Amino acid sequence: MTIRAQIGMVLNLDKCIGCHTCSITCKNVWTSRGGVEYAWFNNVETKPGVGYPRNWEDQSEWKGGWELTKGGKLKPKAGGKTSLLTQIFANPNLPEIDDYYDPFTFEYDHLKTAKESKTVPTARMKSVITGKTKDAPDWGVNWEEILGGEFEKRSEDYNFEGMQKEMYGEFENTFMMYLPRLCEHCLNPSCVASCPSGAIYKREEDGIVLIDQDKCRGWRMCVSGCPYKKIYFNWQSGKSEKCTFCYPRIEAGEPTVCSETCVGRIRYLGVLLYDADKIQEAASTPDEKDLYQAQCDLFLDPHDPDVIARAKADGIPDSWLEAAKESPVYKMAMDWKIAFPLHPEYRTLPMVWYVPPLSPIQSADEAGLLGKEGVLPDIKSLRIPVQYLANLLTAGDEEPVTTALERMMGMRAYMRAKHVEGYKDVRVLEQLGMSEDEMEDMYQMMAIANHEDRFVIPTNHKEYAGEGPFDHEIAFETRSECGFSFGNGCHGGEKKRTNLFGSQTHGNTLSGRAPGSKPMGSGWVGARKNEGDGS
Amino acid sequence: MSEHINTFFFGIFPYIAVSSMILGSILRYDRDPYSWKADSSQLMSRKGLRWGSNLFHVGILLLFFGHLVGLLTPHWAYEPFITAGQKQFLAMTAGGIFGGMCFIGMLILIWRRTSDARVRATTKFMDMAILLMLFAQLVLGLLTIPQSAKHLDGSSMIALAEWAQHIVTFRPDAAVFIEHEHWIFKAHIVLGLSIFLIFPFTRLVHIFSAPFKYLLRSGYQIVRKRG
Repeated sequence: MTIRAQIGMVLNLDKCIGCHTCSITCKNVWTSRGGVEYAWFNNVETKPGVGYPRNWEDQSEWKGGWELTKGGKLKPKAGGKTSLLTQIFANPNLPEIDDYYDPFTFEYDHLKTAKESKTVPTARMKSVITGKTKDAPDWGVNWEEILGGEFEKRSEDYNFEGMQKEMYGEFENTFMMYLPRLCEHCLNPSCVASCPSGAIYKREEDGIVLIDQDKCRGWRMCVSGCPYKKIYFNWQSGKSEKCTFCYPRIEAGEPTVCSETCVGRIRYLGVLLYDADKIQEAASTPDEKDLYQAQCDLFLDPHDPDVIARAKADGIPDSWLEAAKESPVYKMAMDWKIAFPLHPEYRTLPMVWYVPPLSPIQSADEAGLLGKEGVLPDIKSLRIPVQYLANLLTAGDEEPVTTALERMMGMRAYMRAKHVEGYKDVRVLEQLGMSEDEMEDMYQMMAIANHEDRFVIPTNHKEYAGEGPFDHEIAFETRSECGFSFGNGCHGGEKKRTNLFGSQTHGNTLSGRAPGSKPMGSGWVGARKNEGDGS
Repeated sequence: MSEHINTFFFGIFPYIAVSSMILGSILRYDRDPYSWKADSSQLMSRKGLRWGSNLFHVGILLLFFGHLVGLLTPHWAYEPFITAGQKQFLAMTAGGIFGGMCFIGMLILIWRRTSDARVRATTKFMDMAILLMLFAQLVLGLLTIPQSAKHLDGSSMIALAEWAQHIVTFRPDAAVFIEHEHWIFKAHIVLGLSIFLIFPFTRLVHIFSAPFKYLLRSGYQIVRKRG
């Protein structure tokens, strides 16, 4: 047994209102640069729908994740090492920019420079890539927002697998939910596995998966290798980029930007201890439906004295072990069994988990026409079909999802009885097999969701910075310097220029300049730039 | 005068070009590793890339190693097995086939790079320059085949090999071997050396990063240790 720790995330979809604050704050921090305008390290999808990039979940199209060979061995779905190298000249599984969307800006300058005319001047849309104007966008990061578009197209959603989906196109039966997505920081990441350069790695101390930008050669196998399509090819720098789990914040004990800014308080961050020696075995579980349980079996009880002793021997600091005991992620995934991995069938053992959403009871039940199971309404009468959620979260196994939904519904019934009707409904506790304390804990965590309960993040340790001069430099001497300018250190400024070797240093997307196009003019960004130059 | 020019291009220029390639590459790798990349444009358009890129890459790799082996194998090493004439015929055939593959591939790539609006917009000057230089070099190389066919005794090939072997072993007067060869061969050599010269300033540097190490990785995962 080798114990490692990871900061995992849980998203409570029951409370997601689809406001996209997470996406916007993430974009402002991480992808407001040239070449990644189209990239959203965090995005929120409306389900059912094909999502972003188009149809990302369907691995028969993209060949992301892992599969088992006939002999039961784990192999990237796109092929083993030799096979992947033969695909290097032209990756047959790479999405095109249109599968994401053509990044665009608007001709704001025209508003100021247009000659007098009978009509009000407009700022036409134009592609950031080609600089050409176009009349309207035809696809976007959240094109299907709140069931936008025809059901016929949205119903190509992979999660309708094995369902009679036609009836959900009818107005009376329609359903929707939000799915915020980011990098899963998997235990068995297929992006790492498919990177020929060895530029992608998982950090031992906190499990964050990162791309070494100086080692990346742009072979782009990770983009197709990731089944969640959460690695993006920067078309200006020619390198792949991905969600960093806001590691500079995590190291300082702060939540990721998406979590911190979530107005619905749906995100949770906490430590999980797991047995690293069993990763491969768990990911090789023959039946896809058993993968969820196999991943749960990797997680270790942070209260177990043997686990604590072993973890200390493996070098996990005490502060992390203490944090593991208070981990909201462990509680939701393991104690209460209400959080699930996204698409465990990809065999990547993802570490961003989801609490399935409750949905309104169909009207037939409200009228008392449908049977109740005990004191709770039958989960089957919820508007969002359990099979759909199971296809999303447990490779189609309905039972764990049903149990989770029952517990969440039970929590509501119990607290309602307590607060509104003034009595403790022990029948609910009995039916769910939960104690009163557990119920109160769950309520505190999920409904009240205080900041200190949601985010239990131990700070990183100074010792991790290592003793070598290089490590020392990274950790301390770069403090207060240019920060994350993505390449070339302080040179990645706002001025557009190329270096001796022809690579463009990064500009700021907000300047609205497409390569090869005329400057978009001196909008507010330009004005700010001048101020900066003058001071 | 023409002797001086000959000495410069075939006696001195090879060393300048190769020095530029080696030193430039080391400098770039050290100073600007962020710029070291294959610079794929597949995200912009996958159209034509499967045939174009595969034919081009496989073709040009085989051509490169064909030149390497063909030019640098000493005469005495192959003499017991095949005559110079036979070797020349082999070179012409193999070069013709691989050159043909590369030619088709490059035509597709040039068509793609010039016709697709997105690929064109993201093309840097050097991308186009190196593509056209490689194409011109390929065409010159293919034109040497009919020229070679005029004298099948292998004498021309031996002269070129002698030149290359003198250059890599730092023997003086290498340029003399080239002096009386047809201008197509000379142009092919000068353009080829020019590609070496500008190599570090182009996307060609990704050749040095051909990821064979991937095959040696034990298992699939990489975990970076703390500290």
